[in-house]
Amino acid sequence: MKNKTLKIDILARVEGEGGLKLKISNGIVKDVQLKIYEPPRFFEAFLRGRDFREAPDITSRICGICPIAYQLGASQAMEEICGVKVEGQLKTLRRLIYTGEWIESHVLHAFMLNAPDFFEAGSVIHLAQVYPEVVKNALRMKKAGNEIMIVLGGREIHPVNLRLGGFYKVPKKRELRALLEEIKWSKQAAVDALMFISKFEFPEFKQNYEFLALSDPDEYAILGGRLVSNCGINLPVNEYDNCLVEEHVPHSTALHSHLKGAGTCLLGPLARYNLNFEQLTPLAKETAFNAGLGRHCYNPFKSILVRMVEVIYAFEEAERIIEAYEEPGSPAIEVKPRAGTGYGATEAPRGICYHRYTIDDNGIIQDSKIVAPTSVNQSRIEKDLWDLVQANVGLTDEKLKFFCERAIRNYDPCISCSTHFLTMDIERD
Amino acid sequence: MPKPHVPKLAVWKFASCDGCQLSLLDCEDELLAIAGQIEIANFPEASSAIVKGPYDLSLVEGSITTPHDEERIHKIRKMSKYVITIGACATAGGIQALRNFKDVNEFISLVYARPHYISTLSKSTAIADHIEVDFELRGCPINKSQLLELISAFLHNRKPNIPNYSVCAECKRRGTICIMVSKGVTCMGPVTHAGCNALCPSYNRGCYSCFGPKETPNAASLSRWLLEQGVEKEELVRIFRGFNANAEPFRKESEYYEK
Ligand code: SF4
Ligand code: SF4
Ligand code: SF4
Repeated sequence: MKNKTLKIDILARVEGEGGLKLKISNGIVKDVQLKIYEPPRFFEAFLRGRDFREAPDITSRICGICPIAYQLGASQAMEEICGVKVEGQLKTLRRLIYTGEWIESHVLHAFMLNAPDFFEAGSVIHLAQVYPEVVKNALRMKKAGNEIMIVLGGREIHPVNLRLGGFYKVPKKRELRALLEEIKWSKQAAVDALMFISKFEFPEFKQNYEFLALSDPDEYAILGGRLVSNCGINLPVNEYDNCLVEEHVPHSTALHSHLKGAGTCLLGPLARYNLNFEQLTPLAKETAFNAGLGRHCYNPFKSILVRMVEVIYAFEEAERIIEAYEEPGSPAIEVKPRAGTGYGATEAPRGICYHRYTIDDNGIIQDSKIVAPTSVNQSRIEKDLWDLVQANVGLTDEKLKFFCERAIRNYDPCISCSTHFLTMDIERD
Repeated sequence: MPKPHVPKLAVWKFASCDGCQLSLLDCEDELLAIAGQIEIANFPEASSAIVKGPYDLSLVEGSITTPHDEERIHKIRKMSKYVITIGACATAGGIQALRNFKDVNEFISLVYARPHYISTLSKSTAIADHIEVDFELRGCPINKSQLLELISAFLHNRKPNIPNYSVCAECKRRGTICIMVSKGVTCMGPVTHAGCNALCPSYNRGCYSCFGPKETPNAASLSRWLLEQGVEKEELVRIFRGFNANAEPFRKESEYYEK
């Protein structure tokens, strides 16, 4: 084969910035480098010296799409240090606002970022010209998710109402009930949307993933749980650092995280679906089967289906929580500082988001570590790309490029949050 | 007959969390209407269809933190009729400007095992520190109705209706009882630019100034008052050193109390 170099300058429809470099020699893939050129923002460094109460608001600015993941991860870690456990309605309200984030983020990804790929459409705007009703309904579902965030958090991006110990102000019963009608409509719309997406053409591609997700005996894990994998991991969150290690590679400002000893693993919707399926609601499970998903799913191109299954679940969960809601006596439990180290991990829409902080007796942060899901998934994306390019090495560079972009978008990589993404170079010789 | 000119919109990203440009995608009710009137010509986060410049309106999110971005912003200015910065990152350097008060090399070695792989500037700066901008929209994140107002004002060649008074004025307007006066809660409202409709006080919390300084804020007076209420100097420094730490009135105030 002739020597050739091809370049993808910017990867579109992902959050943040990055590029991709491929080396192919005589039809064999030699190197795949996912490049993140998102400028480093140094959150872990400037958190030092800040007050522990500021961590939820500051860390939320790591990512505008999943601020709740940061606010709640940081809060739970601080609460653990100070010996506070948020339970009952306050905990349930946290779960409720998180369902809002899942809905808003998953629908954004499924329809605005991922679906255009199946039509070779540039954007949701182009998609809207062909399927106006579908897009209108998707926007309405997304809005329902955002409304949950607004009622509970004050606004959908960087909500202001969450704090250590709970909330600044809890919603009145009627404020939440006012959301019910739209949530019920959206639940059905999500079922229809999943069935619509199920008719897309999915590339045949199967990967042998080690899935890692939080798992909670009582519910489909969102707010916390144990670190569980399909390859035998079952550890409490405070063992995270013993399980996953971060590595700094020259081609990326994002740190790469991987399983100690074992290598790459996959976080996010596919992982949760494969590990915690039994805890989904009957409607979510049934629609999943109707959409052609099996009990297990190893095709990353089908993650868009799994996201919509989770959207159905999230709407049902929101409905259930609102119907059972009783106003708590106080909006928050007081959290008084004491020296120590604490851990927090929640299921962000893209997967486990991990936090560890050390504070002193006055609540001043001494050390922090935050691992966004994309930094763990990055090396797994590279592995997928490697296999995908190898399987399709005969395609033209143009087609290969599109295939790679799609494969990356399956992951909904949040690049600004991996702070630590896309131009593409293909070198062939 | 000549075709009517469809204005071209571009959205650019620098160091940021994507929250401000997400505000545009969060305009669920208006999005398709906007798309009917303007051409979304360059918006990588939302569309892989990229139309070449020049652009009528460029929205810029994020702050300048790398040598490469320092160059990129000048190119964007050259191909845009109007440049509007969106959010605290682009108008004041953002939360990442906290590096400006420290030694960035220390930061790099705290976060990265191999510092020499990282290329970054010692300061995170606002877009206006590098190029001339036509309007700065405040907020972390920006308010989406203000964004829509701004887009429509620029496209129709009229002055945008974006008030520049303080959050306190918004409190009064919506009838929120002042929580600083009634509950002794620390609040940055008096020195903070309006735009959020006094959100935090309506949720029983003090404003932490995500919209940054209002025009001519009296930061010194607020500091004195807070000190009298028993706020410690270190805390005062942190209060001014938030999402708009590098905005001049806040930067000066925090530096004054750091000594
Ligand atoms: S100003 Fe705030 S919301 Fe906007 S990009 Fe910066 S950090 Fe995100
Ligand atoms: S609560 Fe804050 S913003 Fe509102 S009037 Fe009082 S000081 Fe001003
Ligand atoms: S009250 Fe202050 S901190 Fe709260 S949203 Fe408004 S400007 Fe931001």
